[in-house]
Formats: sequence, C-alpha cells, structure tokens
Amino acid sequence: MSNDVYIVGIDMIKFGRFENEKAERLAAQATLMALDDCGLGIRDIQAIWAGSCNATMMGQRMLHYIGQTGVPVVNVTNACATGATAFREAWIAIKAGLYDTCLAVGAEKMGKGMLVPKNSQGTAIPTEGLLGSGVMPSVFAKMGMEHTRKHGTTFEQFARVSEKNHRHSTLNPKAMYQRETPLAMVMESEMIAYPLTKLMCSVNVDGAAAAVLMSEKKAKQSGLINRAVKVRASALASDPFTARNLVMQDVNTVTRLAAQNAYEMAELGPEDVNLIELHDCFATAEICHYENLGLCAEGEGGAYLDSGATQLGGQQPVNVSGGLLSKGHPLGATGIANIYEISQHLRGEAGARQVEGAKIGLTHVVGLGSACAVHLLEKA
Amino acid sequence: MADQPVAPHTVISTGGEPYLVGSHCSACGETHLGAFENCPACTARGQMDEVRLSNQGTLYNYTIVYRSLPGVTVPFISAVVDLDGGGTIRGNLLEVEPDPSKIAFDMPVKVVFRSAADAVAGGEGYLAHFFVPAN
Ligand SMILES: [Zn+2]
Repeated sequence: MSNDVYIVGIDMIKFGRFENEKAERLAAQATLMALDDCGLGIRDIQAIWAGSCNATMMGQRMLHYIGQTGVPVVNVTNACATGATAFREAWIAIKAGLYDTCLAVGAEKMGKGMLVPKNSQGTAIPTEGLLGSGVMPSVFAKMGMEHTRKHGTTFEQFARVSEKNHRHSTLNPKAMYQRETPLAMVMESEMIAYPLTKLMCSVNVDGAAAAVLMSEKKAKQSGLINRAVKVRASALASDPFTARNLVMQDVNTVTRLAAQNAYEMAELGPEDVNLIELHDCFATAEICHYENLGLCAEGEGGAYLDSGATQLGGQQPVNVSGGLLSKGHPLGATGIANIYEISQHLRGEAGARQVEGAKIGLTHVVGLGSACAVHLLEKA
Repeated sequence: MADQPVAPHTVISTGGEPYLVGSHCSACGETHLGAFENCPACTARGQMDEVRLSNQGTLYNYTIVYRSLPGVTVPFISAVVDLDGGGTIRGNLLEVEPDPSKIAFDMPVKVVFRSAADAVAGGEGYLAHFFVPAN
C-alpha cells in the first residue's frame, strides 16, 4: 500500500457577503458540507487544520458549532496561501502516518475595500501615496507593467483575462458574481491602478471551503476510493531573494519555485495538466502565471491567452470557476476552494463548466509576504 | 526645526543634506536599501557595510494610481527606481504627466527630498524622497 493521500470529501459555500456571520460559522457550514460529501461525521476526523487571516482560534470555535471532539486543532495563517497551507499540513500529517483522516478548512470574513498592508517599515507616518503605493492593486499593476516592460504585453490583453474569467463564472453557481463583462466594459470601468480597472480586480467577499483528506488504506477500507482525488504533489515555497523583491514584491519567482517542486514531486510536466485554477487576484497576474507555471514559453503569456488555449473548450482551461475575479477572494478559503474546483472536474461532477476528460489538475495560490502553494491533483 | 525623515533609510548629514542609506554585502556584493545586519541575498552574517546610495537612477517600473486612501492626492505615479551603483527604491515620480505614453521605462531620474505635505494630508514636518526626471 502506498502512502498516497486522497481527498474524499470537499465542498465550499457560495461566496458572498454575510454581514451577520462569523468566520467560524462559515467554516462550520463548509466542514459539514465536506463531511456530507463523503458520508462521514465530525467524530471521524482525527485532526484539523483551520486557515484564516483575520479570525483567531477559528478551528476550535468552529467545533463549538458542530461538536467538540477534543482532536488536535491547528490554526493556520499564511496570507492568500492560508487555505492551501492548511490543506498541505493535513496532507503532511497523513503522509507521516500519524493519522488516517484529517480535515482542512479555510474561512474568511473580509472587510470592504482595498487591503492595506500594515505599516511594517518603521516609518514615522503612513507612507501610502507618499513613498509610492503598496496596496494590492498597485503591487499587481506593477507585476503587469513589468511584463509589459519585458514582453510588450498590452492593457487590452490584461483586460481579456477578466473578459474570459467573468464569462466562465456564468457557469458557476457558487461564484459571487456570475456576470459576463465584454472587453470594452472591462477596459472602460474605473481605472484603479494602471493597467488595472475595477473589473480587473478580485472582490473582497466572505467564504469558506473544507476538505476531508484520507490515507489510501483508509479510503479503500471505507469504500471512498472511487470518488476520491489523489494528491499527486503538494509544494509550498517562500520568496527566495530576488533583486527588487524587498520594494517590489516578486510573486513570479516564488511561484516558479513552488511549481517546479510540485512537478518534480509528481513526476509530471506542465503539458500533462488538463486544467488549472491559478491565483488571478488581479487580471495582470494570470498572464504572468501562465509562464510561471510553465504553461507556455517565457514572454508568451499574452499570446497564450489570445490563442484561446486557456478558455473553457481550449487546450488548457484556466480558472473555469470564474477565478478569484468572479468567485471572490476570501483569503483563508481561497486555497481550498481552488482545490474543490479541480476536484469537481476530476470527478466529472462540474456540471455545465466540466472540462471533458480531465485527469490532472493544478491549483496555485500566492500570498504576499510571500507564500506560494501549488498542488497537483489526479483522478483516483 | 527641520523636517524629519519619514523613512529610516533617509539620513540627514551634519551639514543638513538628506541622502539615502543602504547596506552593501561584502560577501556577495549585493546592495540593499536600508539597514541590514545579515544578508537576505546570500545569508552572510555580519558582513554588511552601511553605504550612501546614489541620488541618480533609472525607472525600472511604475503604475499610475487613481484610487487610493483618503487624504492621498491622486492620480500619482508609484515608481520603482534602480539607483546607479546599487539599491532599488520605491517612491512617487513627480513632474511627469500621469499618462503611460509620457512615461518611459529606463528613463533617468533624480532623487529629491521634499515635504511629505506635498503628497499626503498630515505630512507637515516630515521629509520624503521623490523622483523627478533627470533631464
Ligand atoms: Zn550577501
């Protein structure tokens, strides 16, 4: 028997704004849905990793709503990679042979508006707008502009990412927004930080997602192997030093490192991947990540998008869920929600947006600071 | 009293002249903006020398920010500048129209020090670095 780890139950709540909810209650909902997905109960779970950027002790508080079983609970925070990190820690624990059945859950209650980094530079007064800009749209606008500088990528190409992902979202009932946005509408919406308009920025929403992970032995014994999804690789990287990283955050290099580690672990290459859910927190990022994940050659990201390869029906569909741009981006939940999306396709249960014949899928999230997680998943 | 520097990497000389400081690693040769004890590039311990950074550089990257926090004057250009001789720094690029067709990658720029009140509400009494075209 191998020591492979499988996803046997996974689900997410429809992302949205839940004014009167707490993160732990959203987490409880997602957990019960994931348990229902595999017919298990909370008493079957031997350990829990709970991801959230804003909540504290969320995992324990979640159990207050569904049953305090006394199992070990670890609360995880790792920026936008939080959910994927919780998932990975559960995978590690099973891989190590300590447990057979673990839960990873991610949930977030988001504030409205732009995410502002905390004043960590030791400056006398706030520096946003004074020493340039460090808010998220500016960081990812610069990511796009660096691509423009190197490869001539245009505002219109970046805008096409939003056109594509918003079109995909019309097929996903769990997306916050399910609205098609023609290219002109994307380009003419309010400019936030050039080349990003409002429709090229993901939305701050509340959400939760959960996954039940199981050892191969237990999944076979429990009769859960048939609908299971195998974790072929789980990779996590922090930002290695690059020349401008400390003043212009570089999410490219950290993504390349995590992707390379994941491909090596799975003994797979980018050409083997049938669909991808990648971190399109802003439209500019998606084109850069095509190259970072090796989907196309260096500098070909814009052309790869233009070719139609990454739209539903194309050779390597990207973000058929609608991506963070449409689904919304509740930080702690995002990483597990991406894994949910891929799992649905591998199981052939993705409904109208099903990528036909999908066998291998890749998920990618990257949080500033920086943390990048890449998972390769396979139909069991 | 003279304006106080906003950022720790700005130092005022005894003659009253502001300049940028960085750290040069004698193990790998990398220059970082601001003070470091150990090198984030090569992990060398205790081999950083404080250096005065150039006030000349070139524009590596930018974005034009249209929506910001309350009290911030928009639009403004958030620029990333590679300083001649080493070090990279972020700041506002002034005296250039906030229009992508008017901004050239690699354009030479000069570091200038001005009142923070020029860019943000509540900046009185503080000194910040800005970039202006070198020509
Ligand atoms: Zn060094």
